[in-house]
Amino acid sequence: MKRWQASIKDWLAWFRQQQWSSGGLKTVFQKELADNLSSTRFTILVSLVAVAGIGAFYVAAQNIRQVAGEADPQFVFLRLFTTSGGSLPPFITFISFLGPLLGLALGFDAINGEHNKRTLSRLLAQPIYRDDVINGKFLAGLAVLAMVIVALGFLVAGLGLLLLGVPPTGEEIGRLFVYLLITIIYVAFWLSVSLLFSLLFRQTATSALAGIAVWLFFALFAGMLAGLIADGLFPVSEEAPPARILHNAALKQNLGRLSTTTLYDEATITLLNPDVRTLGPVLVEQLEGAVAGSLPLGQSLLLIWPHLVGLIAATMLIFALAYYFFMRQEIRAG
Amino acid sequence: MAGQEAVIITRNLTKLYGSITAVQDLNLEIREGEIFGLLGPNGAGKTTTILMLLGLTEPTSGQALVKGLDATRQPLEVKRVVGYLPDNVGFYDDLTARENLLYTARLNRIPPVEAEKRVILSLEHVGLSSHAGRKVKEFSRGMRQRLGIADVMVKDPAIIILDEPTLGIDPEGVRELLALIVRLAREGGKTVLLSSHLLHQVQQICDRVGIFVGGRLLAVGPVALLGQQVMAGKPMEIELQVEPDNEQLISVLRSLPGVTAAERRGAFIRVCCAAGCDIRPQLTSDLASKGYNLLYLRARGYDLDDIYRQYFQGEGYHETLAG
Ligand SMILES: Nc1ncnc2c1ncn2[C@@H]1O[C@H](COP(=O)(O)OP(=O)(O)OP(=O)(O)O)[C@@H](O)[C@H]1O
Ligand SMILES: [Mg+2]
Repeated sequence: MKRWQASIKDWLAWFRQQQWSSGGLKTVFQKELADNLSSTRFTILVSLVAVAGIGAFYVAAQNIRQVAGEADPQFVFLRLFTTSGGSLPPFITFISFLGPLLGLALGFDAINGEHNKRTLSRLLAQPIYRDDVINGKFLAGLAVLAMVIVALGFLVAGLGLLLLGVPPTGEEIGRLFVYLLITIIYVAFWLSVSLLFSLLFRQTATSALAGIAVWLFFALFAGMLAGLIADGLFPVSEEAPPARILHNAALKQNLGRLSTTTLYDEATITLLNPDVRTLGPVLVEQLEGAVAGSLPLGQSLLLIWPHLVGLIAATMLIFALAYYFFMRQEIRAG
Repeated sequence: MAGQEAVIITRNLTKLYGSITAVQDLNLEIREGEIFGLLGPNGAGKTTTILMLLGLTEPTSGQALVKGLDATRQPLEVKRVVGYLPDNVGFYDDLTARENLLYTARLNRIPPVEAEKRVILSLEHVGLSSHAGRKVKEFSRGMRQRLGIADVMVKDPAIIILDEPTLGIDPEGVRELLALIVRLAREGGKTVLLSSHLLHQVQQICDRVGIFVGGRLLAVGPVALLGQQVMAGKPMEIELQVEPDNEQLISVLRSLPGVTAAERRGAFIRVCCAAGCDIRPQLTSDLASKGYNLLYLRARGYDLDDIYRQYFQGEGYHETLAG
């Protein structure tokens, strides 16, 4: 046990030494941070997300106030995030749909942009580790995204307080906090996707389009495709046996979960709607004798634990790929 | 002038891109404090060599040592002592010239106060002081190139590697730049390696040059010595201008002892001597006795232009193209 701890400590010390000894990571990080915060495209996207989110939030608040008396008073605050108001989808849908754009916007020209500006060879001729560049860019993007998401979260929370006049309970705050955390991971996934594309494609326009294509695929078509495959393997007609219907549903869902967007959506709805008790298909007999009620935060977390792990793993995998390509890439000015 | 210690050494340095040999068995020694010119036509492998010296490209085989450090294994230490100006240097367009240089200084961990000083000084050296606060996107091609030189100077490295440094700079600027490079080497004690295909410019300032064609180093040495090497054993050629320039002149020249051929080349007359024979000492008196005055005389083959052409037109170039 002792030795194990010591070796971890050694490794951490080595890691820190590696990362900070050249000073490159810190410098690159600071510069990229400043670049990101001052870039026009980022300002535009943040405004878009903020306006959409706050709009949805506001309409939801109006709706909830109207039905306040009759509805279950539990978790009113969280409901602000999940209630759709008339024609506007709920807040979480907006974030799930537009969040990836933020990540893509920060990374799609990260490396190929430097290549095209011919700054990469000059940058790498300085005494810094090669991975300082890609790590610095990723961390700077992540920091900016985290700032934006946390700020947006606090903003709407404050707005909710004003509109409803009901302070959130401790559990609600906890759930909101975890929701923001998952959102950051989700957007970080898209950041690493765009970083990878900025390495794979020399043209910034190509990498931006590739990122948008993957985003649209995950957001819109992945679900349809999962349905198609499931229906092909387990066709469900009027007189299909129940087992097949169950298989169909399960396959559809599991295929859908290959998309990080599905993972994120399932995780967030579970978090912000404590009434969600299970994510798989449910049989009527399983519901027999079930006590109606909502799950405590711990149980909700248990339910989405695989989702969380999946999201983190996907982000790390994509970033590792980008890292690998970057370290092997031929650096030539031309 | 140049010390004797070699600061850049390559041993059988080879780089293959698939089936293309960019650099082949390069053995080079560059001594401390000298200005070394790497000369060669497009695609000769100059940039590839430089990238390998900096550890930015991994050699297929062989070794590059900079100050005794292996460029592939210890790239960080090498980059600490080498300043590099890439061909087609680029900057962050949205930052000012000053901010761009400060970023370089920070990456080199130069303390802020010192960095400010160096940035101002190096911008002054390249004549960009008055543009320090302008965004680089407003800069012309030549101004960027100058900024690239300033970028190298901010780092104040012991070894300076410049890839096509005079590219896009106006004649006056080139003269200033070459003077600056000489000053850096002579007064600052820096070792300079520069690549170019512009012979005349390089000829003026290089202590030694290496002629690089098709990935191979064909000759190394001081320009004057190279000329003798290249022309050794070859019959001497002389360019003349003679007055009066009349019809009989060519036949008169051909009749002189030791002359094998004479023909007009533009404004000059080119005379070929017999192998191992130099007619220059007697030429003036020979011509005078026939009523001609010598206006201009030059033995071809002693400047870089001729050496260069010799390699590109002669065996060197075609051999490598064919092989
Ligand atoms: N990334 C690459 N992939 C394949 N071949 C390459 C690559 N980069 C360079 N080459 C080849 O290597 C050879 C040497 O190129 P290099 O850029 O070193 O020439 P150079 O002497 O710098 O030429 P120039 O004067 O045009 O700058 C060329 O034949 C080129 O085609
Ligand atoms: Mg080149």
